[in-house]
Amino acid sequence: MTTVTKAEGAPAPAGPDGFLSVRDLQVTFSTEDGPVKAVDGLSFDLHRGKTLGIVGESGSGKSVTNLTILGLHDPVYTTIDGEILLEGKELITATEKEMEKLRGNRMAMIFQDPLTALSPFYTIGRQIAEPYMKHTGASKRAAWERAVEMLAKVGIPNPKERARDYPHQFSGGMRQRAMIAMALVCDPDLLIADEPTTALDVTVQAQILDLLKDLQREFGTAIVFITHDLGVIADMADDIMVMYAGRAVERGTVDEVLSAPLHPYTWGLLNSMPRLDSDLGTPLSPIPGTPPSLLTPPTGCRFHPRCSFRDRVEGDRCVTERPLLGPDRSSACHLSTERKRTIFIEEIRPRLG
Amino acid sequence: MTEDLVLPTPRETDGDAASQPLLKVSGLVKHFPVKGGFPIRRTVGAVQAVDGLDFQVAEGESFGLVGESGCGKSTTGRLITRLLEPTRGTITYRGRDISHANRKQLAPIRSEIQMIFQDPYSSLNPRQTVGKIISGPMEINGIDPEGGREKRVRELLEIVGLNPEHYNRFPHEFSGGQRQRIGVARALALEPRLIVADEPVSALDVSIQAQVVNLLQKVQRELGIAFVFIAHDLAVVRHFSQRVAVMYLGKIIEVGDRDSIYTRPRHPYTHALLSAVPEVTLTEGEGQQRERIRLAGDVPSPISPPSGCRFRTRCWKAQDKCAAEEPPLIRLSGNRDGHLTACHFPEEPTIEAREEDIVLDPALAALEEDQAG
Repeated sequence: MTTVTKAEGAPAPAGPDGFLSVRDLQVTFSTEDGPVKAVDGLSFDLHRGKTLGIVGESGSGKSVTNLTILGLHDPVYTTIDGEILLEGKELITATEKEMEKLRGNRMAMIFQDPLTALSPFYTIGRQIAEPYMKHTGASKRAAWERAVEMLAKVGIPNPKERARDYPHQFSGGMRQRAMIAMALVCDPDLLIADEPTTALDVTVQAQILDLLKDLQREFGTAIVFITHDLGVIADMADDIMVMYAGRAVERGTVDEVLSAPLHPYTWGLLNSMPRLDSDLGTPLSPIPGTPPSLLTPPTGCRFHPRCSFRDRVEGDRCVTERPLLGPDRSSACHLSTERKRTIFIEEIRPRLG
Repeated sequence: MTEDLVLPTPRETDGDAASQPLLKVSGLVKHFPVKGGFPIRRTVGAVQAVDGLDFQVAEGESFGLVGESGCGKSTTGRLITRLLEPTRGTITYRGRDISHANRKQLAPIRSEIQMIFQDPYSSLNPRQTVGKIISGPMEINGIDPEGGREKRVRELLEIVGLNPEHYNRFPHEFSGGQRQRIGVARALALEPRLIVADEPVSALDVSIQAQVVNLLQKVQRELGIAFVFIAHDLAVVRHFSQRVAVMYLGKIIEVGDRDSIYTRPRHPYTHALLSAVPEVTLTEGEGQQRERIRLAGDVPSPISPPSGCRFRTRCWKAQDKCAAEEPPLIRLSGNRDGHLTACHFPEEPTIEAREEDIVLDPALAALEEDQAG
């Protein structure tokens, strides 16, 4: 292979406010079939009170990235390289004890499926009170009161009585609210939300998304929001990072990425997604083929086997050379930015209706 | 891949069948008993999954059913295909009442009504090859196409965009999108007139979803097969269906042509549903602002649904009349032909932003008031 394996551009040094910085993160799982590089050279910064949206299809490495930040991966089968800095503190080399102090306290996570993420044996109130007791040393009674207060804040009716209920007595939307209460009980600086609304109905999803936004404004939490739904990202995020096959392919602010996307994969995603106001005369234009297996990822640009703009790049750079992604607004593609702007305006935008 | 293939010609429609709808459902009810008690378990209640549906599907039409989980849309699909027997009401297929038909009577009709399931992983037998899966329906129905079944299966694989050489492979060798294509090929094997597709793309990735939606659309248009398309994704349903029915707690609350439902909805629930869909705005400030409605709580239990209008417990316009009287599904003044709404106090037919957002969720309202003040 002649792949150039270099870090994604030279990322800017972590500023004083870049409070979560990930630098050249590489996560490799050893499996029976061989090593799988689930995340390959990922760098990003997240600022306080901001939301970073990570979009990608299944297997793009978006969930793995965040499990690694929280240290929830299986250490036996996982090799991690690179840096994860939370306010200058290195998380990859931190001991399990140090991580325990951070998890649930400084950083928390909301999972996709609230029924499997909550324990069926304990009451909702107890599950919310437990991390609070552990991290703040509060008494049982004070922690319980805090749990009830949090339940009220996330909109559970009769929080006093409902805190004594078990997860199965809650509906799907209420369980997700309880999970949010649990994640926010210690007032964390960093909240990782992994597809938090995918299992919910649209009307409930809209409630939960708005609730998260309002709570973020109140607590000043930084959120990493993972989803496959561009509509949800448009609603939630300040910045977007698009991932494909373990690598970030495009980044920028929400407006930049959604109104003038610069990567063929992002074009493909927008083109294949029907919208409520899209033109019905034009059929959807799906991305051909399927996402690659990470056991034998494509060389060069990982999107090249599915890319319809490959022939516009001179030579076979797409196959041999990995395109780099800059730290700010940029996309990992061998086409020049001007070229892509013209392609988007002339060929992609009209098809979006 | 599939785009330039020639499809078999659609079957001729009989003269007399053209005048009547392909499928007519009236007063359809399905209650599932809830058992409880000790030591003798009795029926203590019923999940009113579907409670009085009326609709028609014309030959070659694509009819969309949308709603949130628990609204009865999947049960409706299973009733139409007669995988379930209705508690009350009638299902008429091409003039024949099939609501309580037995196995033998159903046999000839089964081949004309096919189903595509949501989960491409559990709906294919892992121990059968693709060839066996697709030729199975032909075998059961004793159909011997010209040139043999294997040739027909290879043709079908080509129609759905798979390699005909994959005839002897097993389902686990395919990706989710490819498996869903196998499901489509199986449904097409008997040249059906009606396909019930229950959330056919919701288990797939976005880029693959579009491939399958395009395939289904091609099949529907070019073979003239009628579709009942069940999904919770409003944008996908809009893209696929000519007529759309919105369901809530076992009832159709609004039905009409695509344009009426999506741009001129009258029922408050349709408004809420449309406003809840997260959307990508391509350019800033372009187009109209959409209204913002945030409901409170979840859908009530279908075991004891609210009296009168079932949406009244979450509706901002509810009055005493809504609890006492069930609103009939009728054409309101100003609605187009065929656009029926079941509401006593319908909304204006627009989806543009209102002067004030409707936020019923108490937690949201409280937080937003704090931040505004």
